[in-house]
Amino acid sequence: MARKDKLIKMKRVLRAGFFDFWRDTTVSLASVLVMTVTLLFISATVFAGALLDTTLAELRDKIDVNVTFVTTAPEDEILRIKDSLDSLPEVLLVTYVTREEALEAFKERHKNNQSIQVALEELGENPLGAVLNIKARSPSQYSSIAEFLESEDALSSAGLPIIDKINYFENKDAIDRLSAIIHSADRLGLLATLTMAVISMLIAFNTIRLTIYIAREEIAVMRLVGASQSYTQGPFIVVGVIYGIVASVFALLILLPATYYLSRPILEIFSTFDIFSYYLRHFIEIGFIILSSGVFMGALSSAFATRKYLRV
Amino acid sequence: MISFDRVSKIYPDNSIALEDVTLTIESKEFVSIVGPSGAGKTTLLKLFLAEDRPSSGSVFYKDVDVHSLRKNEIDELRRSVGMVFQDFRLLPGKTIYENIAFVLEVSGRSDEEIEQDVPHVLELVDLLPKIWNFPDELSGGEKQRAAIARALATEPDIIIADEPTGNLDPVNTYDIVQILKKINDLGTTVILTTHNKGIIDSLGRRVIALDKGRVVRDDKSGKYF
Repeated sequence: MARKDKLIKMKRVLRAGFFDFWRDTTVSLASVLVMTVTLLFISATVFAGALLDTTLAELRDKIDVNVTFVTTAPEDEILRIKDSLDSLPEVLLVTYVTREEALEAFKERHKNNQSIQVALEELGENPLGAVLNIKARSPSQYSSIAEFLESEDALSSAGLPIIDKINYFENKDAIDRLSAIIHSADRLGLLATLTMAVISMLIAFNTIRLTIYIAREEIAVMRLVGASQSYTQGPFIVVGVIYGIVASVFALLILLPATYYLSRPILEIFSTFDIFSYYLRHFIEIGFIILSSGVFMGALSSAFATRKYLRV
Repeated sequence: MISFDRVSKIYPDNSIALEDVTLTIESKEFVSIVGPSGAGKTTLLKLFLAEDRPSSGSVFYKDVDVHSLRKNEIDELRRSVGMVFQDFRLLPGKTIYENIAFVLEVSGRSDEEIEQDVPHVLELVDLLPKIWNFPDELSGGEKQRAAIARALATEPDIIIADEPTGNLDPVNTYDIVQILKKINDLGTTVILTTHNKGIIDSLGRRVIALDKGRVVRDDKSGKYF
């Protein structure tokens, strides 16, 4: 019986909320529009986060460490070091460039420089050593990889050194600076996202608070005729949830043409980030974020805003 | 049924709304509370409905101290009282049907009962043709009749009418007073606050006069002054 009563109450609260939303068209439309803008703000932070991630990933990808071996280094020794590097958890990828490949690449790079071509021919032999190109999982791990190489027995079986140079030590400053920038950008991105989310929530809360301020007399009357706090508050929360749902649908629809038209100018600046295809690929996730933000904000704002007027 | 025992209400700015008020209202009585603006009439009603707390003294309803009740018990108390206000206080976003249905829903009536009772109670106040109208489509007198219908719908033990004719012309005032008398004749306690001399004189029922927060007169079949 008690459960049936609860179901009846819930049905009545839902019906009242739906009617309140439908009948007060001007207020509903204004609130939905403000909330739509808020949700577009939130989706902008999602896109900005994705753009930042893509750019950072691209930057990270450009960092690497090259180990150049002396020309006399035996290949099996180089491969031994490559295997040791491969087994390190910090290492993502090790690429072995043989002396011949290094020479080809060098020639290709300087094919327009006549004097280098002549100098190479006069030498008669390959002056370049083999190279191991190492990519770490994170930029901060390059120093430990470099330390590993330092400690590694880098001598050939004949007791001669086989590593000519490790460019990490030459590029250390640049790598450190880039690591710091990436970390700061990550933190800044998170801070910006949080700030925008808080501002958006305040805007939505104030709009809904205004609509409930208009209804404060109504709330007082409901309480005076004996309606419980939850029965009085219920329809307002339902209206807030409907604002959230309708605004989410609006925002998701607006994002389709918006991302389509923005994709070209964004691609011109950030060559790897296509916002439109990102939106389509992540439609379900973005839809979920927007819908849950809308519903959560609508319900919470209504609950907070009505609380003040329930004390009758 | 209702009793005020040495009730005082003093606001933080030291203004006295009620001072040492003691009175009892019996079941099925028709009591008019009169007095100039600021005499304490509305404060008296607010204390009874637990909208406000007394600074000292107690208010009893059916021998229970109203201010010792828990929240849900206060809701229950309010459901047993029908309220009529000077400014009608109908819910503007709901039709007249829904306004009355709301109090019936709150008191736990089923949908079938509500469908039967709302037209019936509107018939009593001669407002059935306006059942699907919104409050702002009604005249002042019609709004007050709708408010009385809402107050009556749950068949309450008491009807409290706080200056119900304050915004009405003499014809509508007469109609409203006749409806309240009829309600009282059917056995419901009616508490009416007013400063309309004509109403009090025509009723010939008990009159409690308040002035500056004190009971200055309590006549069984009084006139205004």
